[in-house]
Amino acid sequence: MSNASKNGNGNGKYKVIGTRPIRHDGVDKVTGRAAYGIDTHLGGMLYGQILRSPHPYARIRGIDTSKAKALKGVRAVITAADLPPSEADEVLNLVEGSFRLKDLRSNILADEKVFYQGHSVAAVAATNLHIAEEALQLIEVDYEILPHVDDVVAAMRDDAPLLHEDLTTKEFGEDTGKNSNIASHIQFKLGDLEKGFAESDIIVEEEFETASVHQGYIESHNATAEWKTDGQLTVWTSTQGAFGVQKQTAAILGLPVSKVRVVPMEIGGGFGGKIPVYLAPQAAILSKKCGHPVKIVMTRADVFRSTGPTPSSYVKVKLGADNSGKLLAAQATIAFAAGAFPGSPVGAGAVCVLSCYAIPNGLVDGYDVVLNRPRSAAYRAPGSTQVNLAVETLMDEIAVKLGMDPIELRLLNAAEEGTRRVDGAVYPVVGCRETLEQTKVHEHYLAPLSGPHQGRGVATGFWMNAGLKSTVTANVNEDGTVNLMEGSTDIGGSRASIAMQFAEVLGLPAEAVNPMVGDTASVGYTELTGGSRVTFATGWAAYEAAQEVKKILIGKAALYWETTEDEVRFEEGDFVHSTDPEKRLTFKELAGHLVDLGGPVVGTGAVDPNSGVGGSFTTCIADVEVDPETGKIKILRFTMIQDAGTAIHPSYVEGQMQGGSVQGIGWALNEEYFYNEGRMQNASFLDYRIPTCLDVPMIETVIVEVPHPDHPFGVRGVGEASIAPPPAAIANAIYDAVGIRLHELPMRPDRVLAACLAKEEAEAATANG
Amino acid sequence: MLSLAGGREQVSVEGRTVREVIANLNRAHNGFRDRLCRDDKLKPTIAVVVDGEISSLGMRQKVSLESEVQFLPAMSGG
Repeated sequence: MSNASKNGNGNGKYKVIGTRPIRHDGVDKVTGRAAYGIDTHLGGMLYGQILRSPHPYARIRGIDTSKAKALKGVRAVITAADLPPSEADEVLNLVEGSFRLKDLRSNILADEKVFYQGHSVAAVAATNLHIAEEALQLIEVDYEILPHVDDVVAAMRDDAPLLHEDLTTKEFGEDTGKNSNIASHIQFKLGDLEKGFAESDIIVEEEFETASVHQGYIESHNATAEWKTDGQLTVWTSTQGAFGVQKQTAAILGLPVSKVRVVPMEIGGGFGGKIPVYLAPQAAILSKKCGHPVKIVMTRADVFRSTGPTPSSYVKVKLGADNSGKLLAAQATIAFAAGAFPGSPVGAGAVCVLSCYAIPNGLVDGYDVVLNRPRSAAYRAPGSTQVNLAVETLMDEIAVKLGMDPIELRLLNAAEEGTRRVDGAVYPVVGCRETLEQTKVHEHYLAPLSGPHQGRGVATGFWMNAGLKSTVTANVNEDGTVNLMEGSTDIGGSRASIAMQFAEVLGLPAEAVNPMVGDTASVGYTELTGGSRVTFATGWAAYEAAQEVKKILIGKAALYWETTEDEVRFEEGDFVHSTDPEKRLTFKELAGHLVDLGGPVVGTGAVDPNSGVGGSFTTCIADVEVDPETGKIKILRFTMIQDAGTAIHPSYVEGQMQGGSVQGIGWALNEEYFYNEGRMQNASFLDYRIPTCLDVPMIETVIVEVPHPDHPFGVRGVGEASIAPPPAAIANAIYDAVGIRLHELPMRPDRVLAACLAKEEAEAATANG
Repeated sequence: MLSLAGGREQVSVEGRTVREVIANLNRAHNGFRDRLCRDDKLKPTIAVVVDGEISSLGMRQKVSLESEVQFLPAMSGG
């Protein structure tokens, strides 16, 4: 059970960690003073707009920008011709994957072809937004419309329209030489699959499909760029990683990274969708041409049509178990729709698909497939939710067939320390079993259902979490406070969780630490805010910075007392003279003397913890009520149980768990990119329906704490794993309620109703002989 | 990879670093270096895992006599 404090008094082991202080950026955010990307205003600033393709797939025969350029107030018009030329094999390595530079540039401004509706074709800068919009209407593009493909299974067929003539399927470093929309095929194999299935008493096998889903961040993409005459480019933007924007923008523009400074503004949500750049390069080129700063903000429709959602998927899974419920074999085939360019998270999906269980024999095939949709992007545990639906539905089927409690079945097979995954990795200490044990005794799981057409389902999920590079710099002020400069943009309260880890080391209150997010010129290199890594890795850097501050301050105390450092010890937040205990200085008192003690005190932590963070496991319980007349699903009660390692700020851990749960509910019931003839039909939040507080009950949470063995405070990272199991849990609850199995997300009322009617018809046919 | 190793899921080779492991692997099973490396670096699509932890040091990553080294597709995150 969680040690995390419910009352804000900590967990007993630590003084600061486990408490619930008010977040440092809270007042600015609730009073509207926090500065987001769209708040950027610079002297002489111009306004940019992007012309986008109306076609899902077309060859560009020509672009005539002369009329737009002639419009009064227009200062510049650009096309792909304004980008540097690309070599065919140039690759940019980013933390989220490796991408052909040619593809990244093409996604910024299409050159020979447009690959999806919304693909950027040209950009305009003008003295105001209305003139920029008018100028777009004057740009003439001569398109040769091509037959498109926007279904992942159809795109894999040999007779599908090919998107990229130079794209051949890669298989783990080997180029097959075969032209195809299948950019890559990966395969994991463990044990003897045939033997495993041959020894199984029960075999279940089903196919599943999931829709493309938007991350649902409220703030639109934006970028303001100023390219000065000295060649220095500055970009203000909303991003999950300033250094990633710097690297992408520099590469796309053919600049050294030192020429690009990126200032991360406050971010109104990201969830993986604000890792790629969509606007900074265009704003930069326009600024260079005009000699003025240029700001571009996407409309909501642009966000939907032109930026990366999560990939839609086709997943087929086969599980074999013996009569005791022990899993003996598993096979999965996974195809992800990468969108217009390669790079879906199918590798992560292939790792996650069987990750919750100890299965001795397994085979996983994953396919990264290009098609005529926007290039997909990461979305909270990218790849895990799609595959989780399949495995966790089949686990429920096995439990039903065996008459077993579904939690007991999962406990029997739970992954634990020493379990080898199908990709070959062996788990260190992990908390899968612990989340299941907490679920089994949770009051929600034991409570009776109260009405007809109600059902309960459970599912277990996983996300691998990341480590990666982070830097923190601490500067001690003479009033005993500390300015903490960090490179991680704060999406979910990470300023607080990082400051708290710093404060814990030095015995300071969290409020004495002032965390700030630096730009690429003012803080050391730090990877993106993603992969559930910030509280883990940037928190670790804060720990190291605090240790350095402590060491320096011990030296300062020794100087103050005119003794040696080995005569000074640090004790419960105070510096104490070892042989004269009457001499004792608080952190604040010592800070007040620093002006006379030889100079400033600065501590730095720069870390690159490897990814052996063990991952985070979740289990959730969903109660639903099915309306058999309409097919509408109502969520009656929902509980998420997650291993956090150590909960630094329990409120923000719970917030992550609740946010992931609600997004998972959205995947399950409402959300999908609805396309017709290659064109998105629901590119607004009126028609693309994310759950509101009227659609979900209060999400209950249980924080399980199985500390990470290597992290200074045992942190694991909690940002993502909670999104994976809700769709399967809800699908299993629907089965429990009305006896239908749904294999496609979202489980819309029409699909639920059709399945209910089909079941009734089948039962009637059986009854009638 | 399986085809290069004659269908074996695990092979044992010596080496003090990932670079030496790959060199010895290539001597025993020709073709591994080309599959995994380009210009004395791991290909960007390949990740190396040593004793359960993804290494950011690539070819320079040290390994011990008992180490388990795996080569995996590089993962994306979000």
